[in-house]
Amino acid sequence: MFEAPTIAEFLAHSNLASTAPATLLALWTLLLVLVDLFLPEDRQGWTPVLACVGLGISFILNLFVYSPAASEQVALYGMFVADAFTGFLNVVILVATLIAVLMSWDYLNRADIHRGEFYILALLSSAGAMFMVGANDLIVVFVALELLSIPLYILAAFRSIKNDGSDLALKSEESGMKYFILGAFSSAFLVFGSALVYGATGSTNIPEIFALAGSIVGTTSSAMFYLLIGAAMLFVGLGFKVAVVPFHMWTPDVYEGAPTPVTAFMSVTAKIGGFAAMLRILVTGLSVLVLAEGQPATWQATVSIVAILTLVLGNFVAISQRNLKRMLAYSSIAHAGYILVAVAAAGTANVVDAATQSALVYMLAYMFTNLGAFAVVMAIEKEDGSGGNIEDITGLARSRPLMAMAMTIFMLSLTGIPLTAGFIGKFMVFASAVQAGLFGLAIIGVLTSVVSAFYYIRVVVNMYLRDSSGELQPALETRYVRWAIHIALAGTMIFGIFYPLATNLVSGVSIV
Amino acid sequence: MDITGLSLTTITLFIPMIGLFILLFMNGETQKDNIKWVAFGTSIVAFLASVLMWINFDPGTAELQMAQRNTWAEVSLGASVINISYFVGVDGISLLLVLLTTFIMPIAILGSFGSNIFEERGREKLYYIFMMLLEWSMIGVFVVHDLIIFYVFWEVTLVPMYFLIGIWGAEDRIYAAVKFFLYTMAGSILMLIAILYVGNTSGTFSTYSAGGDVGVIEMVQTYEGDGAYWDPVDGGEAAAEDAGFSLGSVESFLFLGFLVAFAIKVPIFPFHSWLPDAHVQAPTAGSVILAGVLLKMGTYGIVRFNLTLFPEASVAWAPTIAFLGVVGIIYGAWVSYGQNNVKKLVAYSSVSHLGFVVLGIFALNSQGLQGATLQMVNHGISTGGLFLIVGMLYERWHTKEMADYGGIWKVMPAFGAISLIISLSSMGLPGLNGFIGEFTILLGSLGSDYLTFAFTLFGTLGVIMAAVYLLKMFQHVFMGEHDNPLKDESGYKLRWNEIAAFIPILIMVFWIGIQPIVFFNMLDISVDNIVALFVP
Repeated sequence: MFEAPTIAEFLAHSNLASTAPATLLALWTLLLVLVDLFLPEDRQGWTPVLACVGLGISFILNLFVYSPAASEQVALYGMFVADAFTGFLNVVILVATLIAVLMSWDYLNRADIHRGEFYILALLSSAGAMFMVGANDLIVVFVALELLSIPLYILAAFRSIKNDGSDLALKSEESGMKYFILGAFSSAFLVFGSALVYGATGSTNIPEIFALAGSIVGTTSSAMFYLLIGAAMLFVGLGFKVAVVPFHMWTPDVYEGAPTPVTAFMSVTAKIGGFAAMLRILVTGLSVLVLAEGQPATWQATVSIVAILTLVLGNFVAISQRNLKRMLAYSSIAHAGYILVAVAAAGTANVVDAATQSALVYMLAYMFTNLGAFAVVMAIEKEDGSGGNIEDITGLARSRPLMAMAMTIFMLSLTGIPLTAGFIGKFMVFASAVQAGLFGLAIIGVLTSVVSAFYYIRVVVNMYLRDSSGELQPALETRYVRWAIHIALAGTMIFGIFYPLATNLVSGVSIV
Repeated sequence: MDITGLSLTTITLFIPMIGLFILLFMNGETQKDNIKWVAFGTSIVAFLASVLMWINFDPGTAELQMAQRNTWAEVSLGASVINISYFVGVDGISLLLVLLTTFIMPIAILGSFGSNIFEERGREKLYYIFMMLLEWSMIGVFVVHDLIIFYVFWEVTLVPMYFLIGIWGAEDRIYAAVKFFLYTMAGSILMLIAILYVGNTSGTFSTYSAGGDVGVIEMVQTYEGDGAYWDPVDGGEAAAEDAGFSLGSVESFLFLGFLVAFAIKVPIFPFHSWLPDAHVQAPTAGSVILAGVLLKMGTYGIVRFNLTLFPEASVAWAPTIAFLGVVGIIYGAWVSYGQNNVKKLVAYSSVSHLGFVVLGIFALNSQGLQGATLQMVNHGISTGGLFLIVGMLYERWHTKEMADYGGIWKVMPAFGAISLIISLSSMGLPGLNGFIGEFTILLGSLGSDYLTFAFTLFGTLGVIMAAVYLLKMFQHVFMGEHDNPLKDESGYKLRWNEIAAFIPILIMVFWIGIQPIVFFNMLDISVDNIVALFVP
């Protein structure tokens, strides 16, 4: 029934070129495995450099393959779609990986866990994320998700390769284990959901699901029942990945235990991959799931409720955290809630594009800001893992004015104060929610922003307003860490001040 | 009319930004003496630029003047595309408040010269950088006519003020700064939703019409369908048309969305609880700016946006808000009288004085609005001056308790005389500026179509009470025996910068008091343009 194409046929018809940024990054990574093997002991530093070269190549290819104005192209026999959505998120993922690599080098050396595999795993994970944002088929979603996740499980436990029985190694091991078990669990949901959707519609291809679901929606057939259950399970599976309430339980422990650069990296890339797949599945595939003509998609109400829970719980629990990494973990849950607001808005037919675009801008802003915040936290963290509590940042403004200013801007951006990227993201998300008529959601969104201001401002209070007895010397403040902070700061400021920049980049995005 | 070119408004707006960048690249240690002069020089240049705006201003037209509008970004909301534009320009009301801002800033900066907050906390460079940022964002609030950009400026004012209170404030500064930040943010963030709704409904964020694009105000005014602009009624049934305004309508909610943001900033009773904390903890210059300009952003916002965008809701809510204004007048005065802390006394007097402004605005007639706008300026000058006085006392005696003072007049006669004039101006003595504002407001509320006589009656009570608490302060601080002498005798002499800060204040106190027509002329047409909405 299915005839495999020959290699020549495959190359001729698969439109492989459109997948080049992701494919070549994966190939480069595999090459890097070999190169790393033969690198002499004293040339260990080449691996991260080569990893950055790979990111650069992928970035340049991405510029060639996608442009905001280009029409969408389908590749790999309809399993991968190359459109402005994919292109934009590829850039976000690549920049995030670059910042994470910059953060990692000195951190790993200090902890004496420097291995070339670290960069290989990180690059593989981001290749997985890049496949995920272009996935046009439930099977590709699953495969890409595994490619994204499995390296992350290992990375989370990376500290334990130096098994000295220390608390840090144990915590890292716990983190990896917890992440793995719950990740595998969520993958099962995703697979089962895919199977049910396939059973109901007869296809795993997302646009085809859209076309086929049209005939069963509104009927009382069992197919409709399975479609709804399947859709719910897909949402649950991806909900685990992006850590929305009530599927968030793993987040604080995993984020706290993992090495800080890994935490930073996964708090961004895993979310981007997960939300991209969620948008594709819900908006492109299942927007047809309506109860009556002209109404928003049925999943809008579900997504709204989950968004409200996420916003409220994430923000309120973050208040009581003393550890900065844990605080950022809960805040990242809250930010997933804001992106969910955009996803919910996308359930209304005429807001789809605006909502999708707002989600993308939000992810861009969140990427720069969150990575920057994590980089600062990493810089002040001591080697034994202490010094990452909120009062430990006291006095940073005196000893490192620039770093403190950067942290202040990151905190203001996470709060959503104008002239930072975070405001643009929030503004667009709430604009689409208002446009979709989701006023309750928008109002809860802005009110929880005020709650978030409370704990973000506390960081600024400690840096500037409290007098410290001694000068705070950041424990890990090397050239590369500073670069990472500066890149994140530049992104947060530039996109915050030059508002049209972000909107122009996403203006061509449309995934319906 | 092409208004994309560089306008004088833009130049005035960005002068503080230039100062900020110069300061940014100066060395905080080696050029310590120059920093304050750069900040002061910038604020003087900004003041001169705004005076130039005044010279160029034509009071005979209701149009926006010195306007500039450039498309900034395009937001796609569903099928429609909404422009966000950099849209600045002034009418009489804006201009007067810009002048107030650029007038208060050099005074506040002069008042901080040689202040001992820098000996305690240092970071002089950062202080002046925040001053510049504050001036930029405050001028921005008064000149922009695009709702999104307005929101940007509005929120940005929070950040420098938060740091000014938090870093250079008194003992409980952290509590006060965080309270200030959260309180004001909580109010203004609901405004964001209301702004988004307005943009979504009308398809533009510009309030005024310009260059062929119709602004929201014109859309509201020229709307001819059934129901209100914000609550169109389908089908055009006569019954629906006559149903009138309901407090549960969309317009009502939008009105409240804007109003809560502004009410917290003003502050209108019962949203005032952040104000005493912020004022008492803020450094002197912070208090001067807070009372002088920042609070006016709230009342300005009500005039500029609530009245023009939601005229039906303004009428419906007018008695309620005016009532809160009157409660504020009396409550503020009452609490002020009960204070032993001199800075808190002045802080609560702000609540009382701004109650007058709110009363004047919601009289919804020409006298009321003109008086309210002038009273914003008067309050800025008088209360700014009072905070300067309190700051100078504190720098010398390091106490804010009234009981620790007494007989200052005997040792500092000139200072006593200046303080007396400013106190009298604040309590509304005829011939000085405060009288003009309060009198016009009360005249307005008496003639209002929407308020009853009781509003005026209780408002007038506030004038008397102002005399009571201000004279109490004056008596305790300046009269009686001087039994707490300074160790350092040189403190009895006023420093040159203190005298220089008082001179412009005194000039304005007399100028507005004796020749108010100059300022009313500026406001006349602009105010009539708004009041035209409320002629029954």
